[in-house]
Amino acid sequence: MDTIAFYIFAAIAILASLGVIGQGNPMHSVMLLIVSFGALAGLYILLQAPFTAVTQIIIYAGAIMVLFLFVVMLLNVPREEPVPVTAAGMLGPTAMKIGAVLSVVLAIEVVWGLSRLGPTWFSQDAEAAGVSSVSRIGNVLFTDHAFAFEATSILILVAMVGAVVIARREH
Amino acid sequence: MSALIPSPTIIAHLALIFVVFNMLVMSAAFMVWLERKVCAWIQDRHGPNRVGFEGLLQPFADVFKLMMKEDLRPKAADAALFAIAPIISCITAFAAFSVVPFGTETTLFGLLDEPIPLQVTDVNVAVLVIFAIASMGVYGIVLAGWASNSKYSLLGGLRSAAQMISYELSYGMALAAVIMLAGSLSLREIVLNQSGYWFGVIPKWYVFLQPIGFFIFMTAGVAETNRAPFDFPEAEQELVAGYHTEYSSMSFALFFLAEYVNMVTVSAVATSLYLGGWLGPFLPDWLQWIYFLIKVFLILFFYVWMRWTLPRYRYDQLMEFGWKWLLPVSVVNLLATVVLVLWIG
Repeated sequence: MDTIAFYIFAAIAILASLGVIGQGNPMHSVMLLIVSFGALAGLYILLQAPFTAVTQIIIYAGAIMVLFLFVVMLLNVPREEPVPVTAAGMLGPTAMKIGAVLSVVLAIEVVWGLSRLGPTWFSQDAEAAGVSSVSRIGNVLFTDHAFAFEATSILILVAMVGAVVIARREH
Repeated sequence: MSALIPSPTIIAHLALIFVVFNMLVMSAAFMVWLERKVCAWIQDRHGPNRVGFEGLLQPFADVFKLMMKEDLRPKAADAALFAIAPIISCITAFAAFSVVPFGTETTLFGLLDEPIPLQVTDVNVAVLVIFAIASMGVYGIVLAGWASNSKYSLLGGLRSAAQMISYELSYGMALAAVIMLAGSLSLREIVLNQSGYWFGVIPKWYVFLQPIGFFIFMTAGVAETNRAPFDFPEAEQELVAGYHTEYSSMSFALFFLAEYVNMVTVSAVATSLYLGGWLGPFLPDWLQWIYFLIKVFLILFFYVWMRWTLPRYRYDQLMEFGWKWLLPVSVVNLLATVVLVLWIG
């Protein structure tokens, strides 16, 4: 049952992600990205992590994508402009050679990495379910990872202040 | 063979889903009638009184009329998104109710071996699920606004997006304060934490511990459901009908249904979080859901009352109120709750 659900969610996530980059309408891309996030949330639930799943929906599918949608709506671009020049015209011969080498390296890495993976199963024991409980996450976040947590919050604060400064420059 | 016959618990769960779904649809129909009656009463008119007793069948006549109409779509509209928008609105409206508990555990008079809770599903992160689904609800409206390819619809959709982002923050802060008091994310546990009385008479409802939180939650809830005085996405005098200007027939009816089901859901969540859910005196355990219905009805009545009493805000006032007043107050309320919980323990 879990395995079937896993394949369904995984297929939705991959197909939706391909759709995001595969078609020209930015509004459809945004919606497909939301679908992809939803499928990821489904995978988290299969991994006994409902809290992570719900946060995924609230933060990514809810908050961030609304912002994306807002920007796309304000720009009101019905379709992306087709790229006027081909890759050959944009890149020099050296750049194309390096690009080809890099993509071969990437393909080898992916194949090598996937071949080393053993089969995995969904753990059903209570211990694994306990790891994702909200109080456990909170405890770990504010003790073991307190520095990373605080550093991230300062980073976000800086970004917020920066956005306000840039937005109000004309005044 | 026995594997093919579902167990009584599964049948009971399916029946529960069926009952909850239909109750929501019927409550939406009833709310439309109530809205028109109360509105008429406030404006010293009769309101609908032709179809059925006191016009009670009017909503069904309306639905029948809408079903008979042609489903129109503007030529320049984005076909896929135009079709999917009302569906998203409706699904999110109904889905949020699935985690709301409305009664004690019951074996249905000994019919079942194990008692089942009167609730579609009891997830341990219920409050967050409601918040997540509420944040998805905005897509229905925004997409409808964009896909219609009409300036009124687009403005309505944009307003809705801005409004929902602004008020979601205060909404979440109010939720967080209640979560801290209860020490749980499950709505059922939050309700059970509110059982008992102070001094033997005052029920231990969180509305008495969190009066400001209740106010914030209700204000943000009204904004989230796009109801007057915060009904900017469909402000009739400025935007014709806002995001659903171009919709007709059943796709319009779906938006209408979603709006009323959303109201019911927000009221039900408010009842569970602040008004002790199904808890109440005198009645036996198996009848306690009556208290739930009464409390939800009172909040819904308040919704309607407010709509026909208060004029609409101005759009900049709405944004100013949300960011400069409601959000700071909810942050202070949250901090005060932290101090209270840590101090008393």
